[in-house]
This record gives sequence, C-alpha cells and structure tokens, in this order.
Amino acid sequence: MAFFRVEELVKYFGGLAAVNGVSFDVKQGEILGLIGPNGSGKTTTFNMISAYHRPTSGRVIFKGQEIHRLPTHKICRLGIGRTFQVVKPLGRMSVLDNVIAAAYSRVNTHAEAQALALETIGFCGMTPVKDQLAKSLPIAGRKRLEIARAMATKPELLLLDETAAGLNPTELIEAIDLIRKIRDNGTTIIIIEHIMHVIMTISDRIHAINFGQTIAEGTPKEVAANQAVIEAYLGTDYA
Amino acid sequence: MKKNLVPLVLLALLAVFPLVVKDNYYRHLMILFLMWVVIGSAWNLIAGYTGQVSFGDAAFFGSGAYAAGLLSHHFGISAWWGLALGGVAAVAVGLPFGWICFRMRGAYFALATLALNEVLRHSAAIAEGFTGGMVGILIMPSFVSKVPYYYVALALAAASMASIRWIVHAKPGYYFVSIREDQDAAESLGINTHFYKMLSLAVAAFWTGVAGSLYMNYMGFIDPDVVFSLHDISIMAILVGIVGGVGTVYGPMVGAFVMVTVQELFRSGFFGLFAFLGRATGSSAVEAVAKTITGAHVLGFGILVVVVILVLPNGIVGDWRKIRNAFSWTKTAT
Ligand SMILES: Nc1ncnc2c1ncn2[C@@H]1O[C@H](COP(=O)(O)OP(=O)(O)OP(=O)(O)O)[C@@H](O)[C@H]1O
Ligand SMILES: [Mg+2]
Repeated sequence: MAFFRVEELVKYFGGLAAVNGVSFDVKQGEILGLIGPNGSGKTTTFNMISAYHRPTSGRVIFKGQEIHRLPTHKICRLGIGRTFQVVKPLGRMSVLDNVIAAAYSRVNTHAEAQALALETIGFCGMTPVKDQLAKSLPIAGRKRLEIARAMATKPELLLLDETAAGLNPTELIEAIDLIRKIRDNGTTIIIIEHIMHVIMTISDRIHAINFGQTIAEGTPKEVAANQAVIEAYLGTDYA
Repeated sequence: MKKNLVPLVLLALLAVFPLVVKDNYYRHLMILFLMWVVIGSAWNLIAGYTGQVSFGDAAFFGSGAYAAGLLSHHFGISAWWGLALGGVAAVAVGLPFGWICFRMRGAYFALATLALNEVLRHSAAIAEGFTGGMVGILIMPSFVSKVPYYYVALALAAASMASIRWIVHAKPGYYFVSIREDQDAAESLGINTHFYKMLSLAVAAFWTGVAGSLYMNYMGFIDPDVVFSLHDISIMAILVGIVGGVGTVYGPMVGAFVMVTVQELFRSGFFGLFAFLGRATGSSAVEAVAKTITGAHVLGFGILVVVVILVLPNGIVGDWRKIRNAFSWTKTAT
C-alpha cells in the first residue's frame, strides 16, 4: 500500500482540461518534486488533493483511505498540510497568532496551542518576527509563515507550492535548509518549484507534467535528461 | 488580576449608578445604553471578529422581542421567561438562515441578512391573528420603578460581554478571526469554516434576541416597524460596532455610550436647545431647523459614520493610542 497516491486525476474548468489523467505515488519520508511549465496543472493538482476543487474524475488515496470526497478542513486534520503559491497570510493577526490558529487543529487549550506554535515558529526560524503583524512581513517572511502555519497542523504529508519563488540567493539557501529539516523530521513532502537547481538538489524523485498530463517521472538526473521535459521547458526548437 | 481591574471597577460604578442618580430620565438612557452594549457586542462578534457583516440584526432582535411578547400575550406567561426564550428563538431563526446563507461570502451574506429582516417584518405584520399585526403587542409592565429593569439590563450587558470575551480569547476566537482574514487559508488550517460561522452567528443571535426580549419587557409595547426597524435597530447596531471599534472587546461598550448619547441629542433637539432658541428669537426659521434636526437623526448617524471612518478607521477603542497622542502633543512635542 502506497503512503499517498493520486490515480488518474482529471479536472475540467468548463471546456479546459487543467489536469487530464495524472497519477503518481509518494513513499513515506521522500521528497517528490512536481514540475511543469506555467499553466500545466501543478497548482490544480494540489487544489484537488486538498479539496479546494473536486476532481472531475480520479481518486486521491492517503494511507489506504479515499480522501477526494472529504472537505478541506478534514484533509488537514487527517495529516495533509499545504502552502499557497499566492500566499494567504492572516494579515491583521501576528505571526504567533497565525500559527496558534493552526496549532488549534491538534490541541484545544490556549496554553498547548501557544506552546506548539512557539515551538514551530522556532523550528522555522521565525522567532525574531513572531510579534509582527503578518501583513507587515516581506515576501520571504510570508512564504516562511505559510510553511510555519502548515507545520503547526503537524502534517505527515506537506504540499509546498513554489515556496522558493521570489526569494534572494541567501533566503533561497535558508529555504532549502528548512525544507530538508522538515523532511529529516519525518514529514513527507511534495514540492512544486520552478527554480531548477532547487528542485533538482532537493527532490528524491521528480514527476513532470505538461498540459495536465504526465510527461516523465524518475530521479532528478533521469528527468533532466528526458527529451519530453527538455522540449516542454525549452520548446521543440532546442530539443 | 490587573487585566480584570478596569472592568470590575466599571461594573461597580454601574452597579451604584441608580442608587446615586434618582432621575428617571437618566436611568432610562442608561437602560438603553446597557441594552445596546448587548446588541453591539453581539454584532461585533459576528461582524467584527468573524467578518460576516450583518445588516439585519433587527431580525434577531425582533424575534426575541416577539418571542417574549407572544409568550405573555397568548399564554399569560411572564415575558421575563422570554429573556431566555427570546435568545433561543433568535438562534432558531439564525441557524437555518446561516446554514443556507453562509455558502455566500461577503456582500451577499450582508444582503441576505437584510432580506431576512424584511421577511420577518412583513410576516409579523401579516400574521395578524398570531402577532396582532401592525397593532403590535402590549403587555403590562412588571415594575413601575426603572431600577429592576436597570439591574436586569446591567446583568445582561455584563454576561454578554464576559461570555464574548471568553469566547474570543479561546479557540473559537482564533478561528473566527482566521475566517475573517482569509477563509481559504482558514480551511487549510483544519478550520470547519461553515461550522464556526454558524457558531458565531448562534452566539450573536442569542444575545441580540435576549436584548429584544428585554426591550419587550421594559417598553411594554412592540410592533413590527419598531423591533424589525432597519435604521433604529440594524443600522444602529452597525454604528455601535463601528464607532467603538470592530474586533475589540470593549469597543461596543464605548460605541453604545456614544451612539445612545448622539441618538438622544437628536431626538431631544439637543436637549431642547433649538426649541429654546426658536422661542427666544421668535424666528420661524430657527424653529423649522429645530424640527428638522429632531427628525434628522439618521442623517446625523450617517455623518458620524463618515467622520469616524475618516478619522478613526479602527473606532474609538481600536484607535485609542491615536486619540491619546492627539491630546498629549504638548508633552511629546519637545
Ligand atoms: N479556478 C480556475 N478556474 C478556471 N481555470 C483555472 C482555475 N484554476 C486554474 N485554471 C487554469 O488551469 C490551468 C492550470 O493552472 P494551474 O494553476 O494548475 O497551473 P500551474 O501549473 O500551477 O502553473 P504556474 O506554474 O503558473 O503556477 C491554467 O490554464 C489555468 O488558467
Ligand atoms: Mg501554480
């Protein structure tokens, strides 16, 4: 039994097939990279996993349980956390309160929630900004807050949607370190990323899609050398 | 302990008020003030904390008032029993409404609350056999003195504020504010947004309904236009919330004090100032102005909202630091 699997996922928006038959497995403890050109259906795949969109057809299975008919908040409580490509900070709440709100998915008293939130904020390296309003954070801080908040829900599987986009080189290194640390702590990760050297260094395996369909899957080396992937990214002229 | 000092002192002061002030006019105004603390705190919970702005608070207020009134009218049961029942009746109206309408977001929900109030107002007017229609309901007041009403109102204001303060500092409070800030993010954090919006609405509707029953008991008379009034109840509730500061525990109390004062200023023509000027000068123009002003409290409310939003967008409590700085510039200017 796979730890996590999507089977033949399809999503139509009107007449447009944003995702058109994507399947993959994720093993417990690994980092799976999900790549593809702009508009290829990566975020839509995440949105189906976390139930923001109902799949037109196909199945999502987490630890042997079909989850694609469950509402978003239940998916979180089952142990799948996510970040948003377009960040969604709870703007007029402090960083700490953002993370406390997330921690309440696992504990019930304020003391417990605060303890879990402070621990998570420390783990994510946000202690110095914990009392700032979320809306006052620069983009790197907001991206990090997305991760901290998701981590406070204690996910077994974490979906990261372009958490490295818009970061400068120093912030990028810090982000990669954090993602590795999360995996080393036992959380399985699916990561969407456009920055090639990030996805290539961090992923154990890579699943590549284009126009909503799988074009390649394998180790970073195999996928980087794959003809279809090179064509998708560089255009047929370069292939 | 220090955190509780201010509210406890305030409560003590309010408790001795009717012992010190014997004038029934001021006691009456204070009863209205306390009633508006209840309504304003409730509106603030659903709109200020949870971000689901209600334009139809009168729907819950009126439901509570009618529950108490009908209980007394049809069954001869004291309308005081209606205090609790009024809250329950308002919840019974609010929950099915929320169940359906919380699928809508933002302005749609606000408009739906407006529609709910209109439906109830017309229903109360049409169902003559049951509600007395436009004639309304008249009950015998239980007390001649205002003092018992004052203490009931004080108890309700304290209980509503304490319960809401407790809720917003616990898990539901974090969930309410998360929903206000970003509903999609809230869902991703394991928050059942539909359930928590319903919870917030239920608590808000309960207290608003209780305030409605208090009104029935105290005034002894209601009709559909009074208790389901858009401007005297629904808009007033919004003003109490906004003026004091949305999403703050003590904002509605400050807002209620300001708004009841402003309302009374207009209703009484600035305590008879304009009428007096009219008589003194014998000018018909001044008298006309006096009449217009007395009837223009809705306009006055409108102007006040604009001023508050421009100068103190977070309300009096939310922008307290700004107000303090404005008055202490001599000290800080050095
Ligand atoms: N809610 C929606 N309604 C209609 N069309 C949508 C919706 N969400 C996505 N799409 C469309 O589906 C396609 C896939 O979008 P998606 O966001 O999944 O791409 P992506 O791979 O995440 O791209 P990017 O790298 O730019 O983030 C696009 O054509 C997009 O315009
Ligand atoms: Mg995307």
